[in-house]
Amino acid sequence: MVGLACGFAEQGKAGKPRIRVGITHNGGPLMPGAIHAEGLVKTFGDVKALDGVDLDVPEGTVLGLLGPNGAGKTTAVRVLTTLLQPDSGKAVVAGIDVLKHPNEVRRSIGLSGQFAAVDEYLTGRENLQMVGRLYQMSAKASKARAEELLERFNLAEAADRTAKTYSGGMRRRLDLAAALVVSPPVMFMDEPTTGLDPRNRQQLWEVIRELVSGGTTLLLTTQYLEEADHLAHDICVIDHGRVIARGTSDQLKARTGGERIEVVVHDPEHLTTADEVLRAFGKGASKTELHTRKITVPVAGGAKLLAEVIRELDIRGVEIDDIGLRRPTLDDVFISLTGHAAAVAEEEAEAAK
Amino acid sequence: MSAVTDTAPGTRAPQPRGGIAQSVSDSLVIAKRNLIRMARIPEMVIFGLIQPVMFVVLFTYVFGGSIQVGGSTSASAYREFLMAGIFAQTVTFATAGAGAGIADDMHKGLIDRFRSLPMARGAVLTGRTLADLVQTALTLVVLAIVAVIVGWRVHENMAKVLLGFLLLLLLGYAFSWIGALIGLSVRTPEAATSGGLIWLFPLTFISNAFVDANQMPTFLRHIAEWNPFSATVQACRELFGNLPPGFQTSDAWPMQNPILASVLWSLLILVVFRTLAVRKYRSASI
Repeated sequence: MVGLACGFAEQGKAGKPRIRVGITHNGGPLMPGAIHAEGLVKTFGDVKALDGVDLDVPEGTVLGLLGPNGAGKTTAVRVLTTLLQPDSGKAVVAGIDVLKHPNEVRRSIGLSGQFAAVDEYLTGRENLQMVGRLYQMSAKASKARAEELLERFNLAEAADRTAKTYSGGMRRRLDLAAALVVSPPVMFMDEPTTGLDPRNRQQLWEVIRELVSGGTTLLLTTQYLEEADHLAHDICVIDHGRVIARGTSDQLKARTGGERIEVVVHDPEHLTTADEVLRAFGKGASKTELHTRKITVPVAGGAKLLAEVIRELDIRGVEIDDIGLRRPTLDDVFISLTGHAAAVAEEEAEAAK
Repeated sequence: MSAVTDTAPGTRAPQPRGGIAQSVSDSLVIAKRNLIRMARIPEMVIFGLIQPVMFVVLFTYVFGGSIQVGGSTSASAYREFLMAGIFAQTVTFATAGAGAGIADDMHKGLIDRFRSLPMARGAVLTGRTLADLVQTALTLVVLAIVAVIVGWRVHENMAKVLLGFLLLLLLGYAFSWIGALIGLSVRTPEAATSGGLIWLFPLTFISNAFVDANQMPTFLRHIAEWNPFSATVQACRELFGNLPPGFQTSDAWPMQNPILASVLWSLLILVVFRTLAVRKYRSASI
């Protein structure tokens, strides 16, 4: 099981260049993607959980569905995985109409939820064998497949312990393994790393990258902007049941605007001087955070400008702890798109409940 | 490296066989899972046993001798009269077990996993109720042994006694489907447990389980005589030979034909609640 931990670290986004099959995203689609939804609407009481969502995930790519809690991400996944009947709209998964042939869709998908849906009183092996049997595999095939998956997900040693004794990361791996029992062509992962510590999150990312490099189409929901940035080819930002932006991570960042310089000064007394310098070089209003001694200003001019700023600060005798050219994060993207930070949206969603 | 490609993605699950064969096999997979769980949480089974054992002991020694059945206040007559009632009450407690188990699966997201698999739609519930049936059978065995220890005896042949126990199991199985519906309808396992028990007390007490229904006020007596629960109790008393000498059996049809009434009631409950529960299970999904 060495494979999980290595092999992709230097590769960046898994298999990104090689998997786009036959479809240009911006030109008209030649054929619908492995996951395709049009005009999905789902209402719970007064709340429009989905308010006309369109999605298209070309075969072999990863779509990151990004949004705060309550934005409609889970509802979208539940509709696409046949768990929930939409009020209107249509959905096709792996070439099969979800509403017309739900059981055919179920043969072709794997679902890994935000709660590791494994039976805590069964062992890892028993859990996987049960899922294999319920995918209608023979007892023998289920057993062999369970063995392979336990090995691959680094659970072989814990295979005969009940899942209750597993750590959070192990349970997630078991849950993911359960979703892969038939190596489905299309996978759905609903917030796969929510609640995991950074190390386990990294591990799970590796697994996901490996999976996608094998050609699986994946729809991934997350509220971690960083996660979408790392794993997804395309990102859909969703808020209040609507898709408010879509594109690659780079496209979304470009939409939000350019780069900025961030400086952390050593001595708070130098903040005023540093601010003067930055405003002179910058292209807009600067922002000062007193408690972190940090000043941020939007710029245009890249690394050359950065060098000039450093020189000028040095001449003025401003000692700096840190300086850098920052590109916008997806956090910035989210704020500029929704007018509020992801965290704020989350609170609103909570309050609305 | 054993990559993800060991089974190429794009492998769909095998074509389901569909029909009865698949329902049976899926239900057995789920039943096996629930039985493994029960074996690993023995305290659930043990707590399930303590209450009926206490009832046997308490009713025998506390009430026995002061309750009149068939014109006799003899403690041994009441003891024999009582056991069918306690057996029947015990099998209906399967309701709470099934309800709590299914509510727990809903709560933990397991039901979502099952719903996303190409399995027979009723199998999750059927598997659970079958596992509860096994537990009920084990409970009855233990309870019968305790009953014999405190002096319960049967006075009919083994075939009749077995038929009595089969009627009890059928009643318990039917009631576990009520539990399944409750489990699917509530938000927490705790609610399913209490929701599965509260209505059982009036149901089992307004019946012939613990007293002679003939002594009740007319209004209650009619309810007791037509109570599905009473039919099984009366049938078991006949089949075990536990009706006290001189006992006046009521003229109500279920009391005159208790075996048939017991089977009919159980089948009716089974069909109605199985239909409702399976519909509820499927309701939200596509």
